[in-house]
Amino acid sequence: MKTNDVIIQFTAKIVFFIIFFFAIHIFLAGHYTPGGGFVGGLLASSAIVLLVLAFDINTVRTIIPVTYTTLTACGLIIALATASFPMLLGDPFFTHYFDYFTLPLIGKTSLHTAMLFDTGVFLVVVGVTMTIIQTIGEDE
Amino acid sequence: MIDQILMLALALFSLSIAITLYRVIKGPSMPDRAIALDTIGVNLLSAIAIVSIVLKTKAYLEAILILGILAFIGTIAFTKYIERGVVVERKSNH
Repeated sequence: MKTNDVIIQFTAKIVFFIIFFFAIHIFLAGHYTPGGGFVGGLLASSAIVLLVLAFDINTVRTIIPVTYTTLTACGLIIALATASFPMLLGDPFFTHYFDYFTLPLIGKTSLHTAMLFDTGVFLVVVGVTMTIIQTIGEDE
Repeated sequence: MIDQILMLALALFSLSIAITLYRVIKGPSMPDRAIALDTIGVNLLSAIAIVSIVLKTKAYLEAILILGILAFIGTIAFTKYIERGVVVERKSNH
């Protein structure tokens, strides 16, 4: 049967970017408002799931050429490196540092090393969710 | 005054969700149930908006947007399953 799903594919192309930028917003706003690495990662993977639903799994693998198990490993390494870096400076494991910097365009910003740990959480959540969905979806 | 109006709107949304729940349980065909679940999602989103007005907080606005996104993706997955029989396809047929 010849199927034609031009409307869902066109909608997915636009809505993917809306969901992905909202995921980035949730991820960056996690320190002061509800959100953080976990919800941001789930939203980013749900944006990829929307692409998988609208197209198919091989097309999405061509669009986003990422091995999700490697992504999970990278996230774990980033989280572990952030946690163990203070030990080199003589501080306890998981000590976080923060300071105020004046960035161009943004102005005075508080940068915190908890952000790096959250990046690890984000990558692990995206990697694990997409690995589960790809493994189940490829099963014939 | 505004509190009574908000409570009335909340009660009406609950009534609407209850009526739609009847369609989810009774609905003769699967597309009826899929559309009823989507309607429940949208009504729940509106109820959360009213609750966030009642509690005078902005903390629920992200929850509203996320619920909208999840209802959208869930409805697409349901309809694709009903029409094609699979949710995730391996290869496109064109």
